[in-house]
Amino acid sequence: MSTSNKPTAPQFPSIEELAQRFGGQPESPSGSAHEGYLRLPDADIRPLEQYLRSEFGARLVTVFAEDRLAAEGVFFNYYVFERHGYAPYLIVRAPIPGDDPRFPSLAAELPAVNWQEREIHDWFGLTAVGHPNPRRVALHDNWPDVHPLRKEFPLETQLPAFEGERHIYRPTMGEGVLQIPVGPVHAGIIEPGHFNFSVAGEPILYLQLRLFYTHKGTEKLFESLPLAKAVFLAESISGDSAFSHATAFCQAVERAGNIAVPARALLMRTILLELERIANHVGDIGAICNDVAFVVANAHAGRLREMLLGVCEELTGNRFMRGMACIGGVRRGWSAAQHVILRGAVWEFRRDFDDLTHLIRGSDSTRDRFERTGVLKPSIARNLGIVGVAGRASGVDLDVRRDHPYAAYGGIPFRVPVYEGGDVWDRMRVRIDEVHESLGLIDGALASGLEGEFRVPVPPIPPGRCAMGVVEGWRGEILHWIRTGTGNRLERCRIKDPSLNNWPALVEAVQGNIIADFPVINKSFNLSYSGTDR
Amino acid sequence: MFNILQKTFRAGIVTTAYPTQAAKISEQSRGCPRFNFERWHDARPAADVCPTGAIAIEEDNSSRRVTVDYGLCIFCGLCAEATLEGAVEITQQFELATADRRSLVLSGEYSLNADGTHRELLATHIGSSVEPDLESTGLLLHQSVQKLLGRSLAIREVDAGSCNGCEQEIIALSNPVYDAERFGIHFVASPRHADMLLVTGPVTRNMEVPLLKTYQAMPAPKLVVAVGACGISGGIFGENYAVIGAVDKVLPVDVYVPGCPPRPQALLHGILLAIGRLNRKER
Repeated sequence: MSTSNKPTAPQFPSIEELAQRFGGQPESPSGSAHEGYLRLPDADIRPLEQYLRSEFGARLVTVFAEDRLAAEGVFFNYYVFERHGYAPYLIVRAPIPGDDPRFPSLAAELPAVNWQEREIHDWFGLTAVGHPNPRRVALHDNWPDVHPLRKEFPLETQLPAFEGERHIYRPTMGEGVLQIPVGPVHAGIIEPGHFNFSVAGEPILYLQLRLFYTHKGTEKLFESLPLAKAVFLAESISGDSAFSHATAFCQAVERAGNIAVPARALLMRTILLELERIANHVGDIGAICNDVAFVVANAHAGRLREMLLGVCEELTGNRFMRGMACIGGVRRGWSAAQHVILRGAVWEFRRDFDDLTHLIRGSDSTRDRFERTGVLKPSIARNLGIVGVAGRASGVDLDVRRDHPYAAYGGIPFRVPVYEGGDVWDRMRVRIDEVHESLGLIDGALASGLEGEFRVPVPPIPPGRCAMGVVEGWRGEILHWIRTGTGNRLERCRIKDPSLNNWPALVEAVQGNIIADFPVINKSFNLSYSGTDR
Repeated sequence: MFNILQKTFRAGIVTTAYPTQAAKISEQSRGCPRFNFERWHDARPAADVCPTGAIAIEEDNSSRRVTVDYGLCIFCGLCAEATLEGAVEITQQFELATADRRSLVLSGEYSLNADGTHRELLATHIGSSVEPDLESTGLLLHQSVQKLLGRSLAIREVDAGSCNGCEQEIIALSNPVYDAERFGIHFVASPRHADMLLVTGPVTRNMEVPLLKTYQAMPAPKLVVAVGACGISGGIFGENYAVIGAVDKVLPVDVYVPGCPPRPQALLHGILLAIGRLNRKER
């Protein structure tokens, strides 16, 4: 395992310098120190993106759009950049006129934004010019020609019935080559999505994905709910990451409203975020073993996960910590007795978990199935913009907790495990190492003394504020960007689950593997369909 | 091998005794909110904060009808926090599954004071699920199903659009703690092998047809269980351009299991209820 600390960075240009160089205008729509805004004169981001990437190694975190026709007469594309070692994000917005709804695509050079640019087309009807694969991604082919995130499109629109094919898959030809369609309803208890495998005998040649079966209009729905209720919607973006998503959302609102969250709440959030990580990692560790028929490990993992969910319920009233997040802190404080329960659970879990990992490491036949299975090469991972566990198993050294500290992560030391092999085993090892780091973080937070206020009253948030909340969920980088509107509601909420970045990695990782290994490879990524589809 | 056996013995038996014995649940747990209509002097604050509209108010000048729908409730507890006089109390009760959607809805009618608070409770309608009568509901249901299925049940799960929270709990049914296999309940890969369809999520526009096809592929007799607030009513997502909503808008539903998500015991309770095996005398 290689671990890394904050890399030192060359001086990142200030927004004023960038504005001068590219003819833009610095903006400050929230006054938050966590991000700086720059408005470009036109839709062409390419020179700026090229400059930031080649000169400073900046990463384009996400791309999304907003309908500002009523307020500013144009649409905007937002480009969120981050630079390793430089905590504030840079958000560049580029105007796109309503009567010429086109913008130059970056996807040919930057495959990481392939899906996201196509999403912009589906949601807003803005065309990515020069996109290598400009088909719909979010709205299936049999949807009518609508753009649901445009302001003129009402949430409750009753759409006409489907027409035509849902999706035309690319044919794969050759002697003995066949296509295996799987889904959307799968054999196991998992979410719906369609996989189209092209196989030659056992090995997989090519995998085509069709997601967005669980699209629920969530981003649009955020525009209609009062802020306090929207927190509950954030919990339902991806149920296994309920607290991470809700925390990212609350952070965005808190930054928009300049609300100072009390130190105790920040420590509690840290503990709960790490509990969510551990519970999901241990569940995955078991499930990955289960997919290679090491069922004993899965049974122990299931037992351990149960123990953690019990602790979550003890601390928050719900096994998935639903109803615990709120704007301005957390909804309930903890008594001394609850601290004792948490401490005891951490102690007991650590010992038991070590036994489990010992069993897995000691099972040669299990490791044999994991090693060199489903390899995602580091170069491809970087190219595709892979984040989180999957990224760190393929040498992509990103972790929001370290790079853009939030909650109490700035004050408690922890390591970020990074491996280079990119196979199922490395994704397993990242999870095992992270569980240990998370236990350390909980110890650290508990030692910091959890006293004082856990929630502050939240005044109405003024309209027109933009802010972003970013959380390292257990899968990876969860991002919520909001613009506040009148009446304590939102004008726009952009949600990026790490799964949106990572699905294309699965396509790469399965190539050349036998189809019987698909379940274990898929499980080693364990991506969220609902988080992607929203 | 020795290590594996040693670990197994050290872990011991962890399976819960539920439903033979009552579930051991933390006092901190938020289950079903209980509404004391007599003591409820103002329903407006609770209705205001309810994220899903599970508490709804209809009123004219002199009277107010307050409706509570457990099929929409996500058990967030805000209604209890917003209500004075302890008229709304959070309990640990989770056994809310029912065959009758209407029994999840309670209501009270009040005459009003000038300031909008309640003056007098005029009438109430209390759904049966609040005080569950297992013997009657269990026996009412599908007596023939039990005869036909014997002591085995094959379940096909379909996520028709859920956030995957319910899936987490359904997966937990197979872990050593809940171990649904001890009831002869197992999850199968094909609808052709299934007796029961366990459906989660608000049904999305994109999942309506796959859900229907799955149902049609099942041999009769077939049972359908709608899981969670979203499955019962659309939940926080309601109905919109992408969401059709409740499962029973697409399929005939036999049993509804409230929760967000319903805990594994609640799922067990609902499944056993659907196959008529929640008979107290039997267990």
